[in-house]
Amino acid sequence: MPERPAAADLVVEINGLSTRFGKAVVHENVSLSVRRGEIFALVGGSGCGKSTLLREVILLQAPAGGSIRVFGREVVGMSDEQALPLRRRWGVVFERGALFSSLTVTENVGMVLHEHTRLSPRLIDEIAAVKIALTGLPADAGPKYPNELSGGMRKRASLARALALDPELLFLDEPTAGLDPLSATGIDELVRSLRDALGLTIMMVTHDLDLLWRAADRVAVLGDGHILGVGTMTELSHLDDPLIHEYFYGPRGRAAREQAWKQKSTSPS
Amino acid sequence: MDVVGIPKPGQVSGRVSALHPKWYAMMAAPIAELTIDREPATGTTACTARCTGLWTVHGIAELEGGIEALPWPRDGETVIDAAGISALDTSGAWLLHRTARMLAAQGRAVRIDGLRPEFDSLLQLIASRRVAPEAAVPPAPPGVLASVGRKAWADVLNVTGFLAFAGESFTALLRSILQPRRIRWRAILHNIESAGFEALPITGLLSFLMGIVIAYQGADQLQRFGANIFVADLVGIAMLRELSPLLTAIIVAGRSGSAYTAQIGTMKVTEEIDALRTVGVGPQELLVLPKMLALIVALPLLTVYTDVTGVLGGMLMARSQLGISFEVFFERLDAAIEMSTYLTGLCKAPIFAMIIALVGCYRGFETAGGADSVGRQTTISVVQSIFLVIVTDAVFSIVFNLLDL
Repeated sequence: MPERPAAADLVVEINGLSTRFGKAVVHENVSLSVRRGEIFALVGGSGCGKSTLLREVILLQAPAGGSIRVFGREVVGMSDEQALPLRRRWGVVFERGALFSSLTVTENVGMVLHEHTRLSPRLIDEIAAVKIALTGLPADAGPKYPNELSGGMRKRASLARALALDPELLFLDEPTAGLDPLSATGIDELVRSLRDALGLTIMMVTHDLDLLWRAADRVAVLGDGHILGVGTMTELSHLDDPLIHEYFYGPRGRAAREQAWKQKSTSPS
Repeated sequence: MDVVGIPKPGQVSGRVSALHPKWYAMMAAPIAELTIDREPATGTTACTARCTGLWTVHGIAELEGGIEALPWPRDGETVIDAAGISALDTSGAWLLHRTARMLAAQGRAVRIDGLRPEFDSLLQLIASRRVAPEAAVPPAPPGVLASVGRKAWADVLNVTGFLAFAGESFTALLRSILQPRRIRWRAILHNIESAGFEALPITGLLSFLMGIVIAYQGADQLQRFGANIFVADLVGIAMLRELSPLLTAIIVAGRSGSAYTAQIGTMKVTEEIDALRTVGVGPQELLVLPKMLALIVALPLLTVYTDVTGVLGGMLMARSQLGISFEVFFERLDAAIEMSTYLTGLCKAPIFAMIIALVGCYRGFETAGGADSVGRQTTISVVQSIFLVIVTDAVFSIVFNLLDL
């Protein structure tokens, strides 16, 4: 195991977290930490509680027990008022975009700025246009409504909204779900380039093995309510846990891994 | 030059209001500042603009408005000294880039100096993106004549659209009758339960109260003529012939018509309607017909029920206000009410049911876009179905009058 980083470098720390829905146990004693500046991915089979864990970190759902610290502050049991300063330091991209359907893309991004800053409408429109450009959307996407955009563009627009306040921490829920391979590859690159350019810390939940190989620095595998393993993709692929093994050595897992190796060997670095 | 204190000419400072003291306390100096130093005497020397503080989305709020008003020198080289910037995010970088671009556009040579390397790469990133030109000016609002024309045309389209929809629904109904196997009995029963049975308490209560009100108002007038007994005629005819069918239809339009629009509208937004079409199930058959058939059954039944509760209300009032016993009231009611009075009221109910179901479903299918549209269509649905119910009721009155019913 690598040496433990200093507490100040941990952006998200989860300790002994448990979640129950009625009698069903979703998480039991889950502990995780996300370091500053890394792309951290949470993976696992469908219904294993990945998204629930993410929702607990961003204060949309309360866990049954345990502690979650974000930027060093305990968020479990925090009131909305106390959470506001924290919420302004993170951005969230939801699985289905969750763009406000009655607003254009520019207004979706600008709405956050109008709400939390006192900038002039003109500057807000310009900043929104900058964010839209940063996420790789064409300039003419700004005045469009969400239902006029394709799935991939909607994801990018949602990312632009999440970046509106220049957050330090970005949460992505299934950033490539429902996208064609080409758009999904675009998202991989976008996630990495944004992290590098803006110094973001990214915590994401995903199924997408290609995205994991290409973008994630560290990955945690969730299964049976526990963390089965944490590490880089290469480290995880050498673990013996049968569930992890199945995940990585299933037919799709193998293809993604081979693809990743091929890329590593051909890339100049 | 002193940067702290009251802004002097040639200096703008942005100071963020303490909306959330805890958050701002975390920053050393939550403001972005820009100062112009005028070099003494020698005109050839470049003018320096000094940037300091936090150039972040929260720090630049008050700075941005003042930048253009600063006394920038007319020409020559301008050096933006950015060494004092302690934090820069994309918004701050954009403002810096915009300022430099503005100066360059006015014919000055601009250089940005001393920016930290990590900030410089962010500035390069912002500068490299082609940002959409400022939003196009929205087209001027159309003139009065044009907007009247547009509105009228939209109404025409609405009417033809509704007629087309009603036609489609009836052909679907015919198909179903020819192939009774395709009628969705379960859905019909479910709709009868939700639109009919579950509406019993509210329709019954309101009609009961209506009966009370009519008898109470009538009692006052009738007493003056010593015609107390005619309260039975009043309540019976008013309720059975007009009020009970109308009242019930209005309540059902508000309760179930709106629900139909919201349900179908949401299904339209989430592409469930398209999904139905692709699996070869006609949305008319699955969504419209069961609702329409269920209402055609439920609304007349509800009307009979509200007839009873309405008369009950009137009867109770007649006894307490006019001293007419239940037996006397019944005797008079029997004499006053003909079968045709009862039937003219009841025969309107299926027509009202069709109007409510068709308008509710049509408005649902007209939904496009998102949540906003669902709300708008639901409003239109309730307003239109109540409007059409009342208009139809008026037409019925005229027709019955001509037929001497």
